Amino acid sequence: MDKNILELKNISYSYHSLHGETKALDRITFGVREGEFVAVVGPSGCGKSTLLSIIAGLLPAEEGTILVNNPDGSLHYPRVGYMLQREHLFEWRSIYKNVILGLEINHMLTPERLEYVNSLLRDYDLEKFKDKRPSELSGGMKQRAALIRTLALQPQLLLLDEPFSALDYQTRLMVSADICHLIRRTGKTVILITHDLSEAVSLADRIVVLSGRPATVKKEIPIHLTLQDDSPLAARNAPEFNEYFNQLWEEMRS
Amino acid sequence: MNKHKKELTTQEAFVRQHRRHHHQIAFYRLFFFLLFLALWETSARLGWIDSFFFSSPSLVAKCLWGMVLDRSLFLHVGITLMETIVSFLLVFLISLISATLLWYSQKLSEITEPYLVILNSLPKSALAPLFIVWLGTGSTTIVVAGISVALFGSIISFYTGFQQVDSEKITLIYTLGGHKGDAFRKVILPGSIPIMLSTTKVNIGLALVGVIIGEFLAARRGLGYLIIYGSQVFQLNLVITSILILCVIAMGFYKGIQCIEHHIKKQLKM
Repeated sequence: MDKNILELKNISYSYHSLHGETKALDRITFGVREGEFVAVVGPSGCGKSTLLSIIAGLLPAEEGTILVNNPDGSLHYPRVGYMLQREHLFEWRSIYKNVILGLEINHMLTPERLEYVNSLLRDYDLEKFKDKRPSELSGGMKQRAALIRTLALQPQLLLLDEPFSALDYQTRLMVSADICHLIRRTGKTVILITHDLSEAVSLADRIVVLSGRPATVKKEIPIHLTLQDDSPLAARNAPEFNEYFNQLWEEMRS
Repeated sequence: MNKHKKELTTQEAFVRQHRRHHHQIAFYRLFFFLLFLALWETSARLGWIDSFFFSSPSLVAKCLWGMVLDRSLFLHVGITLMETIVSFLLVFLISLISATLLWYSQKLSEITEPYLVILNSLPKSALAPLFIVWLGTGSTTIVVAGISVALFGSIISFYTGFQQVDSEKITLIYTLGGHKGDAFRKVILPGSIPIMLSTTKVNIGLALVGVIIGEFLAARRGLGYLIIYGSQVFQLNLVITSILILCVIAMGFYKGIQCIEHHIKKQLKM
């Protein structure tokens, strides 16, 4: 069993307003192993995004700690790549300028990094579109560009916050399968937030089920699917798929 | 083959239709202008209106030619142009800096909000006499008058533009490890270019208004001075000629800004 590279211990968070306090997260505890794909599911508005912001370091947790065990024994917080719900490519920049935005901000426009970006653009069939504007790309290509922008900083931990929810259903099915397939190939550790149960079952190694507000961890379900091939949609045809889906459904309803 | 040819002709027809539309518009614009001039001239010649009070195109032309000959035209127009452009540029610079500061500090923007609203709605011509006492009767006073008319509205527009930028785009900068300064440079500033351009278009007109008000009260040169001088000595030809020159200047400024806007948008492929 691999060690957890990240361990959340009793993370709590509340939103404050003059009308009072709204507890969003209540003692959330779970771990993430290296190279693991974890999906966090829960009802809408239960505080999933808040949890992700805390893991990304954008929000300080009010209580609790996050323990870090890097495989190389170092103590620094893992570099986090965060994909938001919408791709947010900037229309005033070309696709290439968009994907190197993170490098630009971090003053890391080195030849090696740029070569890495170029190889990603080649791998993801976006090289021809380097000089195009975002509006000239399809929804799927925009998501790929956003993924390259995230990967350019070579994060150790990828956080996906319902990254496909702005797409229509058909595109979403294709794009989420496509993007997650690409991410799997990188072998990175991933935490995906979603309210789409079939998406969670088809993509994740393990599913963390959160309750409604304030969110607590209800259950953790490891997923093992028998896959005929590694095509993006194969998971949905796996014999165990429905069983897991029903189990999650019951868990969410109770 | 036949089908292809047909498609080509419908496209051609569309282009032709489009061109004809624009030619018609241009024709009618010119037509109404010439009609107005003809009516004006005829009414003055036939004594329907008193050309002493209402002037006439030929008198305006004569007055203009006289000003060209004695070189006073270039002096007055030059002064007004210069003062307007300086006011306009300072308005742009000051509002950009102020809006940036307001964006950086939520507290500052809340503190200054009522003052900005008051200063924006205050009729700036009421301030002009004060400027004269404080700054004398030179170009400085007039430039300050020009600035005062456009500035506060411009600051409010810029700041509103900055605030309207999608906050998730700012979050994106933070997720990429950026700070507030990065958010400003990479998102707020480029994202606000359209609103800054449209504000600029309004500003150039307002700066001209302010400069003319200033010249009314405190100048010995410039078109505003000519208008006041002309009305005091009952040379209404001079007044009307100056007003017509102002029309041309206003149009020139507007076209100039439009040209810059077009250029910037093309550059950014917006």
